[in-house]
Amino acid sequence: MTIMIDTGNYIAAKAAVMAKPDVVAAYPITPQTTVVEGIAKYYSTGEYAGEYICVESEHSAMSACIGASAAGARTFTATSSHGLLLMHEMLHWAALARLPIVMCNINRVVGPGWNIWADQNDSISQRDTGWIQFYCSINQEIFDTVIQAFKLAEHKQILLPVMINYDAFVLSHTTMPADIPDQKDIDHFLPRYEPQWKLDVHNPTTFGNIILPQAYFKVRKAMQDAHEHAKKMIPKINAEWETITGRSYGGLFEEYRCEHAEHILIASGALGAESKIAINRLREKGMKIGLARLRVFRPFPTEEIIRYAEQADLIVIDRNISIGNEGAMCTEIKAALYEKSDAQVTGFVAGLGGTDVTYKDIEKMCTQAVQGKAKSGAWYGLKEDV
Amino acid sequence: MAIKDMPIEECMLAGNAACPGCPATMALRVVLKALGKNTIMTVPACCTAVIESLYPDTSFDIPVMNIAFEAAAAAASGIEAALRKQGKTDTTVVAWAGDGGTYDIGLQALSGALERGTNFIYICYNNQIYSNTGIQRSGATPYAAWTTTTVGGKTEFTKKMGDIIQAHHIPYSAQACISFPEDLYNKVVKAKNIKGPKYIEILAPCPPGWRFSMDRTVEMGRLAVDTGAWALYECEHGVVTFNGKSKLILEKKVERKPLEEWIRYQGRFSHLFKPEKNVKILSMMQEHIDQMWERYRKCFQ
Repeated sequence: MTIMIDTGNYIAAKAAVMAKPDVVAAYPITPQTTVVEGIAKYYSTGEYAGEYICVESEHSAMSACIGASAAGARTFTATSSHGLLLMHEMLHWAALARLPIVMCNINRVVGPGWNIWADQNDSISQRDTGWIQFYCSINQEIFDTVIQAFKLAEHKQILLPVMINYDAFVLSHTTMPADIPDQKDIDHFLPRYEPQWKLDVHNPTTFGNIILPQAYFKVRKAMQDAHEHAKKMIPKINAEWETITGRSYGGLFEEYRCEHAEHILIASGALGAESKIAINRLREKGMKIGLARLRVFRPFPTEEIIRYAEQADLIVIDRNISIGNEGAMCTEIKAALYEKSDAQVTGFVAGLGGTDVTYKDIEKMCTQAVQGKAKSGAWYGLKEDV
Repeated sequence: MAIKDMPIEECMLAGNAACPGCPATMALRVVLKALGKNTIMTVPACCTAVIESLYPDTSFDIPVMNIAFEAAAAAASGIEAALRKQGKTDTTVVAWAGDGGTYDIGLQALSGALERGTNFIYICYNNQIYSNTGIQRSGATPYAAWTTTTVGGKTEFTKKMGDIIQAHHIPYSAQACISFPEDLYNKVVKAKNIKGPKYIEILAPCPPGWRFSMDRTVEMGRLAVDTGAWALYECEHGVVTFNGKSKLILEKKVERKPLEEWIRYQGRFSHLFKPEKNVKILSMMQEHIDQMWERYRKCFQ
């Protein structure tokens, strides 16, 4: 094990290379660019021994990944914001084709105007594509999740693409230390990909031809079943990773000081890491509050949400907004609780467009919610005079 | 290569879902004979997605990956990279797309794959329309042709796709036609044996799209070549050679038939003949073909 002190993107590139993909197809976009540059560097030195395709667009990046994955390759790519949206059609295609492609998406604003800072609206708007979605809180977790994602995606009962999201600049360009396990430990955890089916001249099969309604219906149900299964597999894979590295992120949630909590804060991404400091300070002040950092948005952890609501009222901070409604995570949490719980859910929209959200801000939001002074759907930190 | 000498083995199976008289199926049959079974094909949205037949059946005896409309060339890049990593460098990777997926929506991905040197054959079967969605105009639809989106006749000439392809400096590109299967077969075999990106475009006269009787598909292709509306040629490392009838036309050993000989059999041009002959448009179209051949002679003879 070695310590790598680097930005989230270079740590993601390191993880991708150590997962030994056969094919990487990628296109640069701020703030993802250093991920693909990192892989290109490893490619030039031979540390990455797979194929590297410099495509002419993100749409083609995902299309090339689909072709490669269908031909039996372990496949990786990375993108952000507009790049992710340009891939949108092929995200559906990859998921319906049940291809275990792994992709890092660096959560960034969608224009106009041009803004390259953190915001989850890019990946939240891809939630119905069938991709499993992780949200990371620190650079170490980015590394660990990339490795875990391949194992999850390629599992025989999953076979779905996985998107690993993390915040633009807050993580992508911020240097933090990460423990890098030995390659042999990673190889043991993540053996070579053995596809159950592939494009094979010795067993000619046509994939993706015309499909009648009932068969299509069945395909969709199979995807849903795979997501349900992923809810069980994610904690299991996390536990297995813990035996090798000693690091655990829980499963679908990372719980922090939730014992005897009367309020539980739910946040994701880097806000989730920042929230831990806020929780410590609020606990010191005697507030019975804990944090459930949401790691996985798809599949949505409905059962855990219900469990938290049995114990406490919920406070939700969303770094995204489903325009016309409220933060997407908040909506889904409320929906999960319908007819199951009468716990209070107080949702905040904060940090859009890379607006800074510090532990002090999180403390304020929590205090307002606990004191019943906040109306759910409130926009925190919005300055009217800008 | 005479037709009787082509392999008996069929990779295009009987019982497929093509229209009667479908030129794409004829082209596929010849192309797949030339490619053989060690071939992987990717197919975007186009008539071939229908010709393949319904899941769980297929009319292909080679592995095929369907892909979105604009993505065939990019997907082929991925397949080719995966095979290279697996050491399977003898498998031919083919993208098979219509003119809509090539001239229009798929142009960017095609250009990208050609530029980065993907070792594959891109084949465009050009029926000069979006035929899978009905009969709508594409960048390959000829001037004045009726389609459901050019009801009064198309007001633009076709894109010079051959020139666009040649601007990529790839080792091999060619134009063929379903009516000349030996020529098509030879071109595919030649492309198969060249490393790097290859492009072959096949003129595919479509009976429902062009509005002619389904027993005249081959004749419509022959007339396209005889009138010079379509040229058979190949371009190897920048050197263009005309083939068959087109070579004789280029060398002026054979007279081009008047364009009218080709278009008068096609319902898509019927508005040029009734209620009376539209001499102005017809002569403009003829002039366009004449100029094209003047240019061919100047550049390639």
